[in-house]
Amino acid sequence: MSQPSSELMIEARAVEKWYPNGFQALRGASLTVRRGEVVVIMGPSGSGKSTFIRTLNALEDFQKGSITVDGIVLSNDLRNIDAIRREVGMVFQQFNLFPHLSVLDNLTLAPVLVRKRPKAEVEKQARALLERVGIAEQAGKYPGQLSGGQQQRVAIARALCMEPRILLFDEPTSALDPEMVREVLEVMQDLAADDITMVVVTHEVKFARHVAHRVVLMADGEVVEEAEPEVFFTNPSHERTRRFLDQIL
Amino acid sequence: MQVLLRRLRSELFATPADGALSVALITLLSLGAFGFLRWALTQAQWAVVKVNSTLFAVGRYPIEQQWRLWLLTALLVAASGATWGLLRAHPRPDRTGVLWPSNDRLALALLALIALAVPFALGLSLAIQSRWWGLLLLLALCRWLAGRYGANLSPTGRRLAALVWPLLYLGGMVLISGGLGLVGVPPSEWGGLLLTLLASSFAILLCFPIGVLLALGRRSELPLLRWGSVLYIEFIRGAPLITLLFLGQNILGFLLPGGLAPERVWRAAWVLTFFAAAYLAEAVRSGLAAVPRGQLEAARSLGLSYPKALQHVVLPQALRVALPAMVGQFISLLQDTTLLSLIGLLELLGTARTVMANPAFLGRNGEVYLTLAVLFWGCCAALGLGSRALERRLDPHAVPSAT
Repeated sequence: MSQPSSELMIEARAVEKWYPNGFQALRGASLTVRRGEVVVIMGPSGSGKSTFIRTLNALEDFQKGSITVDGIVLSNDLRNIDAIRREVGMVFQQFNLFPHLSVLDNLTLAPVLVRKRPKAEVEKQARALLERVGIAEQAGKYPGQLSGGQQQRVAIARALCMEPRILLFDEPTSALDPEMVREVLEVMQDLAADDITMVVVTHEVKFARHVAHRVVLMADGEVVEEAEPEVFFTNPSHERTRRFLDQIL
Repeated sequence: MQVLLRRLRSELFATPADGALSVALITLLSLGAFGFLRWALTQAQWAVVKVNSTLFAVGRYPIEQQWRLWLLTALLVAASGATWGLLRAHPRPDRTGVLWPSNDRLALALLALIALAVPFALGLSLAIQSRWWGLLLLLALCRWLAGRYGANLSPTGRRLAALVWPLLYLGGMVLISGGLGLVGVPPSEWGGLLLTLLASSFAILLCFPIGVLLALGRRSELPLLRWGSVLYIEFIRGAPLITLLFLGQNILGFLLPGGLAPERVWRAAWVLTFFAAAYLAEAVRSGLAAVPRGQLEAARSLGLSYPKALQHVVLPQALRVALPAMVGQFISLLQDTTLLSLIGLLELLGTARTVMANPAFLGRNGEVYLTLAVLFWGCCAALGLGSRALERRLDPHAVPSAT
């Protein structure tokens, strides 16, 4: 496992978010992530962990607090939002592959349209990425013809094809059949060895234990506990964490 | 033979009740068919159609200028054949295509039968009959050439080839109405099938972008845009087309300064366009609603701007879902053009009514209406077949390698 540098990649301070119906999803959530770090966010459902990582690439807005990603301050400025999204890749629970495009075109769409890179060059890179996630032979197929695990691996390759500095994972294995969880986790573990920064919302304890540099517990819209995996799982300092671990372990 | 008998038995006479029902239905159908054939072959006098076939086809388009329509037809036939062949030569990347599937051979045989039999039955002169044979040969030739050599075409070449259609449409307009050195033929002299197809294709082509914009407007977060779209869609859908057509004839002249008010035919075509756009917008909206939210989120998280995400991710999926509803809309639009006869335009129905008003053909309404019905059915069937083929080609869940 590579060691993270001291450079800050994500700095979220006291982020608060209300939905229009008045429900407060985030109550002052704070988190800092250093370059190359792998941070796993755990927590009971409804604790705001998905909402939180979705604010990190502006898929959700927030009302109070501040978020800085890779030196760019996240505000309502559309240019800033686009700049951040180019640096931050996201992998969704439901894969969200584009069903009308072939696997290869899923990967090449954004680099060609957004980064304006030549198609041939992007295709070469895309094939290499598919090779890396172990599905090179599926390049010509459509997402609907793949298994869930294969689709999620394509989704990871698609995010990587934009060469992001940060990858966000929003419960990447929750929609998968059990036998496909491992193939996706293996790909993620392989990525963690690179110096890419990863923030992963997941319930996979094994992944958190062996891959994460830090594990974070969110509850009721704030970060309750932050610790190295060993400490987090064996000797947490908060009562809330202990109760959560009792339920899942 | 044995197989056939067994199949007949299992499909028609499996149980006594089935058998009785089958016998009753067969009797009913054959009585109907017999009655119809007796009328068509002994009582009907098809002279009314034979004599007026040109009128039904193009109305009072000047005879000495009709070569332009022949030329346009030839160009359309060539482009259709070439497109057909190219589509077969380039199956979807995940499928293995056959260059000449049996359906295509059947379609060509059917077209050959029509091109040979119909001009003959209409008693057209040999010169005109041979033109139809020529068109058939042209179609087969372009289909064959494009199928044979189309696979060598580069992606850029294919994109350029698709440009032939809009160019052909614009060129066709010039051929029909004149200009660029051709003698002008005013819209008041267009008629019959020509006018029907012209008005409906104009409306279909233009209502599509307008309808998509309206559908997007209706889902927009900007209140003015949203309410404007809702108001427009609900107003148009709440008014019968015929009142809008009359309204268009009367007030478009007042709304626009003198010379700018379009000619009667064009006024009607624009009204048709705006009318169809409102219905199309609703079809597109249902398609947009069927695209999961995550698609837009995924596109945005990859850095695509909102317009690009719409163009490359959301709309292609939404339009595929909306395709059957949209084509249904186009088909009813095609049939709605008959209402143009009520504002005094001589499209197919209007032409038919002038023909039936001719004392020489008094009481020959059945023959005329049947001809009309068959013509409309032919056009709508073509639209329906085309849309189903398109649906199959765009279906992301279709079994790979099925043709």
